[in-house]
Amino acid sequence: MGKVRIVHYINQFFAGIGGEEKADYKPEVREGVVGPGMEFNKKFGDDAEIVATIICGDSYFNENLDEAKAEVIEMVKKYNPDLFIAGPAFNAGRYGVACGAIAEAVEEELKIPVLSGMYIENPGADMFKSSVYIVSTKNSAAGMRHAVKTMAPLALKLAKGEAIGAPDAEGYIPRGIRKNYFAEKRGAQRAVEMLIKKLKGETYITEYPMPDFDRVEPNPAVKDITKAKIALVTSGGVVPKGNPDHIEASSASKYGKYSIAGVDDLTEETYETAHGGYDPIYCNQDSDRVLPVDVLRDLEKEGKIGKLHDFFYTTTGNGTGVKISKSFAETFSKELVADGVDAVVLTST
Amino acid sequence: MHLELGNIFINDVQFGSQTKVENKTLYVNKEELITLISEDEHLKSVDVELAKPGESIRITPVKDVIEPRVKVAGSGGIFPGVLTKVDTVGAGRTHVLKGAAVVTTGKVVGFQEGIIDMTGTGAEYTPFSKLNNVVLICQPVDDIKPHDHERALRMAGLKAAEYFGKAGKDIEPDEVLSFETLPLLKSIEKYPKLPKVAYVQMLQSQGLLHDTYVYGVDAKQTLPTLIKPTELMDGAIISGNCVSACDKNTTYHHLNNPIVQDLFKQHGKEINFVGVIITNENVFLADKQRSSNWTADLAEYLGVEGVVVSQEGFGNPDTDLIMNCKKIEEKGIKTVIVTDEYAGRNGASQSLADADPKADAVVTGGNANEVIKLPPMEKIIGDLSIVNTIAGGFDGSVQKDGSLVVELQTITGATNELGFNKLTAKGF
Repeated sequence: MGKVRIVHYINQFFAGIGGEEKADYKPEVREGVVGPGMEFNKKFGDDAEIVATIICGDSYFNENLDEAKAEVIEMVKKYNPDLFIAGPAFNAGRYGVACGAIAEAVEEELKIPVLSGMYIENPGADMFKSSVYIVSTKNSAAGMRHAVKTMAPLALKLAKGEAIGAPDAEGYIPRGIRKNYFAEKRGAQRAVEMLIKKLKGETYITEYPMPDFDRVEPNPAVKDITKAKIALVTSGGVVPKGNPDHIEASSASKYGKYSIAGVDDLTEETYETAHGGYDPIYCNQDSDRVLPVDVLRDLEKEGKIGKLHDFFYTTTGNGTGVKISKSFAETFSKELVADGVDAVVLTST
Repeated sequence: MHLELGNIFINDVQFGSQTKVENKTLYVNKEELITLISEDEHLKSVDVELAKPGESIRITPVKDVIEPRVKVAGSGGIFPGVLTKVDTVGAGRTHVLKGAAVVTTGKVVGFQEGIIDMTGTGAEYTPFSKLNNVVLICQPVDDIKPHDHERALRMAGLKAAEYFGKAGKDIEPDEVLSFETLPLLKSIEKYPKLPKVAYVQMLQSQGLLHDTYVYGVDAKQTLPTLIKPTELMDGAIISGNCVSACDKNTTYHHLNNPIVQDLFKQHGKEINFVGVIITNENVFLADKQRSSNWTADLAEYLGVEGVVVSQEGFGNPDTDLIMNCKKIEEKGIKTVIVTDEYAGRNGASQSLADADPKADAVVTGGNANEVIKLPPMEKIIGDLSIVNTIAGGFDGSVQKDGSLVVELQTITGATNELGFNKLTAKGF
């Protein structure tokens, strides 16, 4: 590959146009480098070159998000670059968000690698670290040289499609992607050594920092349950016998939607579980134990609930990632709402 | 309590007219073994194959892996309360056929689980590719009840391991290792300046094919209790589970618990390893609460300053793990937890089903959802067609040429949570 072509995105401040009073500055493209681009080009030497710089005011970008993104993408496209760099934004919040948003959009639209740099507490870092490589910088522009020193080699690797190493080696903010590798010592030894350090009050590094847990607040109670349309949803893997859609026993890639119109009871002959993570015998004997259709039919007949929805949704929770589970629910909850369902009984195992 | 482990190194396994150990080779009298295992009325057929390191062999499904051991001095026999009387074990001398194992296959209950490749990519992930394996292929009688089926396979493996263990009874071991656990107060007197440490071992106990047995008792019917580490080396704990085979402890793992071994290595140097607490992972909330309360209380009662907690399985037991960790930390006792991850095939999802900021020292055995490709093997022991439906398999897992595209989850012992392997994961 010849000299890597780069388009650089900066805000009005770093372009020397002005501060807050010029934050409504509309996107403008200039050939070659402006402001911090000089430092980058110095580092790149003969390997790469910033061929154009796009300048945009932070307020303009954030207040006209879709328009600004489209305008900037058009400008980038004209230069047919191998890589797009936004920032670094240090601790400037709106600049950081703009850098993250435009980098993400350029990568998605133009399918070229992108890179940004921010201070870890910049809100843009948290918003875009999972989709964009963001180098961890100091909290002010005084850290420019330091930031460029880390960003330049990572930029070249990205542009050349080389393997990207671990966050601590490359200097970017961890993107939350877990990857396996073989350590030098077995896990038990690592655990014992970690405990000894912890007991001595020495520094140790956990191999899995705890995630911020997504706790779901329950909705307010249903006002009149006797009029409510209730649907059944389960992660217990109940499926029509034979598992027609081949829902996986673990790590499900899909969910099923099946009609229970006219079904009063799930029997050994008609339903079973596809779930591999619990003793299936009792569910296979009587799937009402996991998906309580029989009880809800009784309640329906007794007038204690309005109606049982004609369809149930099902998947196996076993080993299925939270992200994919969420995406299932985002899709079928729209259908539930469209079908006039008022409440859902969600059963797990 | 003092135990000597006499390791007899085994470098090869071969069929022969007599079952014996000679020149580091285990000879297997196939007919005698088949006759012994066929005694169980629940088994319709029994066959035996050998699988050695480097051979182009794939074993699937895998019910259990067991190391042959025999008691040569001290009370009790191997696998007390299961194959022998419930005498207390863990003292005296035990011989080990180090480098050999019994692997059980044949149709297992429900979804078929577990893969051991003896060569190629898969072999790097399972510790059992490095062993000289005697593979028992057991098919159950028709219409067998699931619980009877599970037990028949479990017992077949243990019986075979005992049978081979006996062949090492009068052999002079290649090395003898020595382990001792003193009564608690004496241990504290012996190393008054070292921090007291215990090991909390969580045992899988979620039901059929997810069970573990302690001196023959189903762990889901037990309360957390104390056990001496040397008892584990004599088969006090055996495996009854293999679903999602990557992070289930086979009996081999229990006999060779690496956390016990590595705590012993630091005993008297950096720490004072005073004992083991075993607890379970039942599915009911009240059981989880009771067991975690009890575990934390036992740790406090022992007066330890630190514990290593190991999990078995994932998802539902993540709750037990976090409850144990949190409650033990709240007693002012420092914890390190050993787990594995289900971060999705792309690694982007959160890895555990429960979390707490107190769990600030975690060792991971890797992301079990990561997809790998395993090359075709010349020989299949067991049944390849099941791979599309095992935990970690999916439609299309079995490719036309016999190669497999599967999650790591399918491979026996790949992300073991006793820290048996070097595999781990980190955030990118």
